Amino acid sequence: MIAAARTILRKDLLIELRTKESVPAMVLFSITVYVLFHFGLDRDSLDGELASGVLWVTLLLAAVIGVSRLFAAESAQGGIDGLLLAPVDRTALFLAKAAALFVFLTAVELLAVPAFGLLLLGPGLGGAFPELLAVLLLGNLGMAAVGALVAALAAETRAHELIVPLLLLPLLVPLLISCAQATEPLFREPAATEDLGRWLLLLTLYDVVFVLLSVAVFDFLLED
Amino acid sequence: MYSKGLAPLAAATVVTLTTAFALVFFYAPNDADQGFVQKIFYVHVPMAIVALGGFVAGGVFAIKHLRSGDSSWDMRSYVAIHQSIILGLGVLVTGAIWAKASWGHWWVWDEPVLVSFLVVFLLYCVYYPLRFSIEDRERQARYSSVFAITAGAFVPLNFVAVRMAESFTHPRVLSQTGGDLPGDMRLTFLVALLGMALLFVTLWKLELTAKHASMQLKKLRNRARVAA
Amino acid sequence: MAAIELERLERRYGERVALGGVSVRLEEGQTLAVLGSNGAGKTTLLRVLAGLLRPHAGSVRVLGAALPDERWRLPSQVGYLGHEPLLYRELTGRENLRYHADLHGVPHSRLGTVLTALDIDHRADEPVRDLSKGLIQRFAIARAVLHDPALLLLDEPRANLDPSAAELVEPLIGRSSGRTRVLVTHDVNGALEESDVALGLKAGRPAPVDAELYR
Repeated sequence: MIAAARTILRKDLLIELRTKESVPAMVLFSITVYVLFHFGLDRDSLDGELASGVLWVTLLLAAVIGVSRLFAAESAQGGIDGLLLAPVDRTALFLAKAAALFVFLTAVELLAVPAFGLLLLGPGLGGAFPELLAVLLLGNLGMAAVGALVAALAAETRAHELIVPLLLLPLLVPLLISCAQATEPLFREPAATEDLGRWLLLLTLYDVVFVLLSVAVFDFLLED
Repeated sequence: MYSKGLAPLAAATVVTLTTAFALVFFYAPNDADQGFVQKIFYVHVPMAIVALGGFVAGGVFAIKHLRSGDSSWDMRSYVAIHQSIILGLGVLVTGAIWAKASWGHWWVWDEPVLVSFLVVFLLYCVYYPLRFSIEDRERQARYSSVFAITAGAFVPLNFVAVRMAESFTHPRVLSQTGGDLPGDMRLTFLVALLGMALLFVTLWKLELTAKHASMQLKKLRNRARVAA
Repeated sequence: MAAIELERLERRYGERVALGGVSVRLEEGQTLAVLGSNGAGKTTLLRVLAGLLRPHAGSVRVLGAALPDERWRLPSQVGYLGHEPLLYRELTGRENLRYHADLHGVPHSRLGTVLTALDIDHRADEPVRDLSKGLIQRFAIARAVLHDPALLLLDEPRANLDPSAAELVEPLIGRSSGRTRVLVTHDVNGALEESDVALGLKAGRPAPVDAELYR
């Protein structure tokens, strides 16, 4: 099963490398949103809770794009029949798609977070970098699991582009809360790490619940 | 199939609601700070608790549906969620009225129950477009069940997260949803809660019975048409 | 054990009957031709046999597997060639086939054999989106037979193929391949020639194969 998941993941990463459709769009979108926030909030530099909020809301909105496009390659080739006709466990499929989304989100953040540091963040990223990294990675894990589930739920419905954001964003609220609260003290001058443990714990709980849940229900999706 | 026990249930509902009504207006004291408007609390909070219970029940029925493949469980899940969404609207409206009466604003972010309820409501509103954008009946039922289970698991997580967040920014100074209610208020509240729960179950059974009947009618019509 | 056993198969689309009362039996190595006008349910039947759609009523056994409960047993034994080629357009033909080989546990050495047999090896390193329909069809056929399936489900397999290409594909998906086949096509005479059993469908229900079928 892991081998099958790896095969599918490799295929998705290869396609993304060829088409360069999802990741660049998500990066460009993030930077555009930073600019919007600059004008909307009329601020040159942000710190603390405002910086944390702007960063995480932007990442969540960029994630919506990634989730919408998660089954795009399959749609282009005429549907998910190919996946259903393969002797592959539905769980392997979930793992592959969630892993792909995780990779895309991490790739986007490699550019979008430094861009944020450059454009809007007052104190600078260096302050508590390892902690920031931990929050980002745990956050990506949650977004990847929930995103893959939502992508599959919306995959063959009619109003697909509408359903993805409406479904994904409320489900990500607890993740947003944890990540934003955890990051807030990291974006202060000087950077602090108060309450980090508490929020990382909630974030981990969220990740565990949704990974387990998604694996459990994925079998009932994507067929018929 | 669903109408078993409907009559006694309806009777119990009427009795309990009437009692609750009487208690609210004639027994429970007026709140010292907020006055008469505070009594909306006896509607707002039971509504919220019953709605959340309905969502969780919808999730449990959905699990049963996926495990058994029996579409009657999906019907039970759908009606529970659908009625909870309507009840949820009522929660938000009564919550706004209460907020205006207590704090002078139509919406406050101080009450984690209300705030987390808003998020849950927004999520469950997507149930309809998701469900009705899938044409194949079996698939529609399956995907709805997956949604119901996901959303059902989400409800407690969300409440915990929102509560943790709010306790940092808005220390909870005033909350009457806590357990420290004076005796006469507590009795009224419990009776109101019971009445609301009975009302929900009665309406749930009623809608299921009606839906079942119309489905049977459709089946018979189809059979007659094919035989002709 | 028959390769395919259908008894009163029913499949609905909303309130409409897509397939109703379809019963057929096909032995191993035989070819079933499914005929009927557009919208008669031919493609639906093929998709049910592939395990892509679950039957709503009736009993379905394909290669010994009872659908829908045992549909997981089908993919390794079934080669499906539908309307869509099921190839990723941004990948090359070879990459597509390698992907399917990996999923089915087929060694990469087999690719060369199939590519050569279909005379597409020299075009296998171009992205699928750059290929003509005829070439895409040949790559789709390669995909369908790569894992050496016992049952072939073919929906208009010779679409877009010129006569010489049609000759090339014959040993892989034709009568001479020896595989059990279900063939959906509009070429009535050709189909009747190369099949052992013929099933006519009209509005989802079995109908005799005569001139009335296409009214």
